[in-house]
Amino acid sequence: MSTTRLTSETAPADRAGAPRRGTLPRRSLKRQFSKENITKVLFVVPAALYILLFFGYPVVKNIVMSLQDYTTKTFFTGEAPWVGIENYVTVISSNLFWPSLINTALFTIGSIAGQFVIGLALAAFFKRRFPLNNFLRSMLLLPWLLPLIVASATWRSILDQDSGILNRFLGTLGIEAVPWLTDPSVALTAVILVNIWIGIPFNVTILYGGLQDIPDELYEAGALDGATGWKAFWHITWPNLRPVVSVVLLLGVVYTLKVLDIILGLTNGGPANATQTLAIRSYQESFVNFEFGVGAAFSNILILISLLFAIIYLRANRRQVDE
Amino acid sequence: MRKRRLTTLLAIAAITPLALTACAGGGGGGQAKGDPDTLTVLDYYNNEPDKTLIQAAIDKCAEELDVTIKRETVPGKDLIQKVLQRSSSKTLPDVLMLDNPDLQEIAATGGLAPLSDYDVDTSGFADGILEAATYEDEVYGLAPTVNTLGLFYNEDLLAAAGVEPPTTWDELKTAAATLTTGDQYGLAFSAIATYEGSWQFLPFMWTNGGDETDLGTPEVAEALQLWVDLVDSGAASKSVLNWSQADVKDQFVAGKAAMMINGPWQIPGLAETPDVKWGTVQVPVNEAGQTPIAPLGGEVWTVPVTGDDEKQAKAASFVECISSDDNQLELATERYTVPTKTELADEYVEAVPTMEAFTEQVANARSRTGQLGEEWPEAATVIYTAIQLALTGQASVEDAFEQASAG
Repeated sequence: MSTTRLTSETAPADRAGAPRRGTLPRRSLKRQFSKENITKVLFVVPAALYILLFFGYPVVKNIVMSLQDYTTKTFFTGEAPWVGIENYVTVISSNLFWPSLINTALFTIGSIAGQFVIGLALAAFFKRRFPLNNFLRSMLLLPWLLPLIVASATWRSILDQDSGILNRFLGTLGIEAVPWLTDPSVALTAVILVNIWIGIPFNVTILYGGLQDIPDELYEAGALDGATGWKAFWHITWPNLRPVVSVVLLLGVVYTLKVLDIILGLTNGGPANATQTLAIRSYQESFVNFEFGVGAAFSNILILISLLFAIIYLRANRRQVDE
Repeated sequence: MRKRRLTTLLAIAAITPLALTACAGGGGGGQAKGDPDTLTVLDYYNNEPDKTLIQAAIDKCAEELDVTIKRETVPGKDLIQKVLQRSSSKTLPDVLMLDNPDLQEIAATGGLAPLSDYDVDTSGFADGILEAATYEDEVYGLAPTVNTLGLFYNEDLLAAAGVEPPTTWDELKTAAATLTTGDQYGLAFSAIATYEGSWQFLPFMWTNGGDETDLGTPEVAEALQLWVDLVDSGAASKSVLNWSQADVKDQFVAGKAAMMINGPWQIPGLAETPDVKWGTVQVPVNEAGQTPIAPLGGEVWTVPVTGDDEKQAKAASFVECISSDDNQLELATERYTVPTKTELADEYVEAVPTMEAFTEQVANARSRTGQLGEEWPEAATVIYTAIQLALTGQASVEDAFEQASAG
């Protein structure tokens, strides 16, 4: 509200000042080259250059590549015939596009929901003081420190249908062996479970930091008014944690959308394409089938989806600042 | 506000070309001219014992040709990416090793020099490997030794069950069923969703008269039916869907599979567990009397186009040297692979009797790219997808290939 009132007040003043504009350019020209402004520009240049080289160039190159017939030949001859949107047509009309899009959505939603809920529960748990708290919390970081390819190889043997330790354990409880990675209806769930395990440390760490920032006085005051337990969580913890939560969720979504190594290591997109995601499609088209143009088209679609979430996040954040 | 943004943009615009030219400058001086007596070699034998064994062969040829060799090894997975990177920066090595199904793809880029340009003698080599190394009627590479697939069996387990090594599909099914008890499966193979799965399927498909140019034939479907039967009957684990060939070997070594489809490159690994006694036979055929046809594996040595003709000629001599008779026998004996010159077969089997089945198998083996050339990766993708669809029950054996090729 306050911002709109401000602009409506300043507008007439601006219009009134219009006739005097004639003298402005010279003064502003001088101001443009003032020492202060040059310094400002110099501060911006390194960052701008960095963004241009390491973000701008790859993105532009990827977009251009997706509009070309870019194959192994291109690397030697440098020739990549322009094919317009043909690669995108190939991508969207391929039988695997919609299943892999749906898998990407299920994988992302499933992973984020699991990681976040378990992460928040653990973060809240570790907020209490108890012996070995710090030690256990640092042990929790282990999955994060393991190289993903090691983690996925380990999980592949844990989830093996016949001799995997998980099925052996379930067997002692009288549960029949679950075909974790070999049944198309279970494989995606198995892959999501592993990804949840990998994502928990990140969620715990950030959420724990957020919880530490909530002043204890709020809880003390709340307790006086009868807000304890769930009520305290709902009325004190949650509202204060919201900025942290939105960061965790956004980063989580962007990380999860592009997950590649875990799925490659566990199932390689199988069984029977049950764990194909857009990232896997992009990788396989580019580095297995050597159709770099089609692979680039897949990854551009993925980037577009990530961008969508980034915009949602920025909007949500701007509203918070305004509030 | 808007003016300030404009200034920033202008500043960036002024500086960008400088940065970009700086980058371009780095790429220009690419091709390593260097010493004319030094050859650079790129291969993927990055693990022992292969790394050392290949090094010995390389050293021998270096001495014979009086050149210095600078060798670089990369993991198998990274080789093609490395080759592509280097061809775009014009820094290809003088001698390049390629996995044989990749040769035609790389030759098609124009990045390799035909060996006939340097009068390399390609006579006496098995047809299958020459087929793999040929692109548009020119031979681009030579392989000293090759490998293929066969059936390994656990001698003790088969003897205990009174089972003879199977030679036909029916015998295979019966043997596998008899050998399946408790934790132990009768047979293990790899039906994984990668080219490895397709490669393991080929001996069954080809032996039965199937062909990659038409995957819709009943011969191909019959071969797939065999795999489905083996898994559905419980004689092979459902995990074959996710097993690489290394996993298959582990199952065999652990006594969890009495037989396995695998290649001779697993023999050094099998030697680490001497209490597991094993033998090999050729891959079983559908009907007695058929000739088992297995795919040909192994690496070919090629001469990339580097623009330095003198060096390319030296590289061609090097390729010829590494595939010489002596080298073939030596490498074959040490690495449990099969010499590519057919006339060496008898001498080799005499020296290494355990390789008899594989040596016979190689004589009739086919290359994966002989028919389809650069189109092979697509067919291979269809094959492993169809296998996965059929083994998981997502499609019937008859529909699997059609559904898989719909992409």
